[in-house]
Amino acid sequence: MSHALQIKNVSKTYRGGKQALDDVSLDVPEGSFFALLGPNGAGKSTLINILADVVRPGSGQIRLLGHDLFREHGWCKRRLGVVPQEVAFDPFFNPREILHITSGMFGAKADEAWIEQLLERLELLPHAEKNSRQLSGGMRRRLLVAQALVHRPPVVVLDEPTAGVDVELRKRLWTFMRELNAQGTTILLTTHYLEEAEELCDQVAIIDQGRLLMHRPMRELLDEVASRVLHLSWPKPLQLDAAQQQALTRWRPRVQGSCLQLCLASGEQQAFHDAYTAASLLLGPPQDVALMQEDLEDVFLRLTGDHHERG
Amino acid sequence: MSVDNYNPLGAWTLFQRETRRFLRVKMQTVVTPALTAIMYLLVFRYAMGERQVPGLDVPYFDFLIPGLVMMAMLQNAFANTSSSLIASKVMNVHVFLLMSPISAMEVTLAFLAAAVVRALIVAVVLLLVLIPFADVHLVHVWMILLYGICGSIIMGGFGMMAGMWAKRFDDMATITNFIIMPLTFLSGVFYSVHQLPAFWQQVNRANPFFYLIDGFRYGFLGTGDTDPGQAAAIVIAAAAAVTIACWWLWRQGWKMKE
Repeated sequence: MSHALQIKNVSKTYRGGKQALDDVSLDVPEGSFFALLGPNGAGKSTLINILADVVRPGSGQIRLLGHDLFREHGWCKRRLGVVPQEVAFDPFFNPREILHITSGMFGAKADEAWIEQLLERLELLPHAEKNSRQLSGGMRRRLLVAQALVHRPPVVVLDEPTAGVDVELRKRLWTFMRELNAQGTTILLTTHYLEEAEELCDQVAIIDQGRLLMHRPMRELLDEVASRVLHLSWPKPLQLDAAQQQALTRWRPRVQGSCLQLCLASGEQQAFHDAYTAASLLLGPPQDVALMQEDLEDVFLRLTGDHHERG
Repeated sequence: MSVDNYNPLGAWTLFQRETRRFLRVKMQTVVTPALTAIMYLLVFRYAMGERQVPGLDVPYFDFLIPGLVMMAMLQNAFANTSSSLIASKVMNVHVFLLMSPISAMEVTLAFLAAAVVRALIVAVVLLLVLIPFADVHLVHVWMILLYGICGSIIMGGFGMMAGMWAKRFDDMATITNFIIMPLTFLSGVFYSVHQLPAFWQQVNRANPFFYLIDGFRYGFLGTGDTDPGQAAAIVIAAAAAVTIACWWLWRQGWKMKE
């Protein structure tokens, strides 16, 4: 399998001592729609900013389509489009001018038909001649997406591109991204909307506190890693003491109000019976019982810890 | 070096972007400097009358014009690069430049070329406005161009460094008000060094702007306070050194990349 991105042992410590990335290694297959997930401050944006050459790496290697990102930066930058997380716009120009300028700066003659298509698909056409100061936050974010795509890069990195974009437009943006992906563009995405990542991406990696926690094909993650969750409810709010916690520890108990959640490992035939019996003996017969499949959000929270804001 | 490391279209586009940026606000970048210079001229015209400049035997008004034009060129070349970079950093637009495949030398040349263009436009506008009021001579056009272009490169380069260094508009105002303004005002724009006491003459000669103004003025008047050939060599070397310094700093990503 050829790789769009090969990230090897990348570490980054900012001045002041904060370690943003700790020996991260990751392969992004060519043509994949890849989700990079992690809570705020996990190191996702640092990794993306290193790819974008906005942040210097501390150590490690990155190859883009087989070429060394740090030694062959001219070659690599022409083939990479990055949507930065922070909304930025040049107040001197309108969207059409900005796309012409971005295209030229990437060494590509402005492709008028493509620029027109980008403006149309990103719903910027009615605003193409307005000064970018007059654009709303969502429009400015879509303009960033257009800027990342204007030189037709084979690898696109989207750092939370839909934050602040309304639901309808977000759906249309993803339809466009799916089309690009179907045409062979590799897309690396970070998003706050985990259901989007679950729906769009075929690969997923989770990063937390600068370390890579997991990297799997999305289907494999949801089928194999994600386990079933037993939800047991009692009439009154629960609080597990140390002994109860210990007795249930193999099922990674999580209490939310009056509900106890127990994770059942896949393939363990007796898991439901054992967990239910153990909980009933410790806390009495539950009022309600439900068995659910974990979704990506559950997996994410389980891996990164409930204390994190999801991201 | 691979052909992918050269991006002449990128450099040209960046130059165009920087040029169009200042032309979009020409009231601020072209008209205002011209108006300021005219105000100076009017004030000094009536304050100094028909007096001659001691040691040079030229009318004070004729002496003042090249100095004012050069001062406006230097200040505008500095402002073009510095304001563009600090504004880009504050608004986070600089990331697009960092992400683009334009080499450090191409970025340096594009920024400096735009600074020179702005300085030349300001100079031409100023001269066109002043011609009806004064007897403007162009004795050595090549000296005027040499000093004008090299001076703009030097100041555009300093502006680039200041823009890279500054984190806030306030940092930039500090540099402009406490370094650039005193150096330009105390560079012999309004006086000849022959008018100064010996100590202040030496102080003046330590100011690099003095050579730029004096050499530029030599192109107009055919006379000045310094040896124009020697000063030209210094100015050319300084322009080259500043260009190399900008290239090296950009290559390092100094104050631009975390």
